[in-house]
Amino acid sequence: MATETQGVEEAGMELVFHPMDQFIIKPLFGDGPVGMFTITNTTLWMALSVLCVIGLLVLGTARRSIIPSRIQSVAELCYGFIRKMVEDVASKEALPYFPYIMTLFIFIVFSNFLGLLPMAFTPTSHIAVTAVMAMMVFLSVTILGFVKNGFGFLGVFWISAAPLPLRPILALIEVISYFVRPVSHSIRLAGNMMAGHAVIKVFAAFAPMVMISTGIGLMVTPLSILAITAIYALEVLVAFIQAYVFTILTCVYLKDALHPHH
Amino acid sequence: MATDTTTAATGHVSPIELEEVGKCVDSHGGAVGMPQLCTDWMSNQVFWLLVTLVVIFVVLSRIALPRIAGILAERSGAITNDLAAAEDLKAKAVEAEEAYNKALADARAEAQNIVAAAKADIQSDLNKAIAKADAEIAARSAEGEKVIAGIRAGALESIKQVAKDTTKEVVAAMGGKADAKTVTAAVSARMKG
Repeated sequence: MATETQGVEEAGMELVFHPMDQFIIKPLFGDGPVGMFTITNTTLWMALSVLCVIGLLVLGTARRSIIPSRIQSVAELCYGFIRKMVEDVASKEALPYFPYIMTLFIFIVFSNFLGLLPMAFTPTSHIAVTAVMAMMVFLSVTILGFVKNGFGFLGVFWISAAPLPLRPILALIEVISYFVRPVSHSIRLAGNMMAGHAVIKVFAAFAPMVMISTGIGLMVTPLSILAITAIYALEVLVAFIQAYVFTILTCVYLKDALHPHH
Repeated sequence: MATDTTTAATGHVSPIELEEVGKCVDSHGGAVGMPQLCTDWMSNQVFWLLVTLVVIFVVLSRIALPRIAGILAERSGAITNDLAAAEDLKAKAVEAEEAYNKALADARAEAQNIVAAAKADIQSDLNKAIAKADAEIAARSAEGEKVIAGIRAGALESIKQVAKDTTKEVVAAMGGKADAKTVTAAVSARMKG
């Protein structure tokens, strides 16, 4: 260990890389094991996102002004954005499911953005969280499809626009892709959130280089700080886009359930 | 403690070994592999996720979404009302403009009538005054003519008298005897020329 990094040895310091430590689930109080009902850092950050939702959508709209304040117009913007998405992507018949989709969007978007605060924890960077949401979408959309259309829902796999000999092959592909949906749906969100946060941590680990070796450090330290800034900006974008993508895919799946015959 | 000794002995612990033991954290509190894959922590996350989603759903569907929908409906209603009111006011403005134009035209016509009447009045006054002046002038000139005729007659008479007297004197001076009748006849004959 010591022979590999001579420069590091001289200063009596070494670079510490723990990019994955930020994803560890810890009990908030005490040091015991993490059980099902333990209050952990996940609980804290999920609760904070609930508070933010209440702050924005309930307290922000408390005055019900005709001419909205800033926070009220943001709340109205969120409402209009998701409602229009549901209406445009999944048709007017999907509007009764708008509160469910809004719940998913607003939770993901607040988790993502709160997770960008320094020292924060991001619940949506965990596959357990996103997988539960994706499975909820998958199961409810599938059940809804069968309830609304009966066996006609299977028409979603039978592409009547394609030439007849191709249809069985396409049906097979469609079935496979249908069952892969929850996997890609959940891994896309968790993967994006995890990757960005881990990359920031890796660059952050390079930042104290100047204290170890002045020569290399004068180059590496500013570069790594610049890289953190750039990745952070990208992550702000990704935080919104991934919430948007998760929501719009939910709408697309919902559209399949309501109108299986394309 | 067992992991500590293995770390000391080999210098490296395979993450898979630790995960197999059911540990997701190494002896220094660092993550072993991906914490996302640690099954020990999943039930906790799922439980709190469901709690969170239920709370958010209840808050949204009971309070936030109906309220925002109400605000938006109220606003579009207010906008519709305002537009209707604006339409009304516009119609009223058009009406007022028409009334104004009509009043203006009426006033103009009346003014023209008044001007015409005044003109006619003035004309008749003028005519009357001219007629009066004409009559006066005629009377004056007749009077003047009469005076002139009188003067002329007076002058003729005086000349006759002067001529008679002169003739009588002349005749007397020449030694003749002037008969009044003859002189008058001669003068009258001469003056007739």
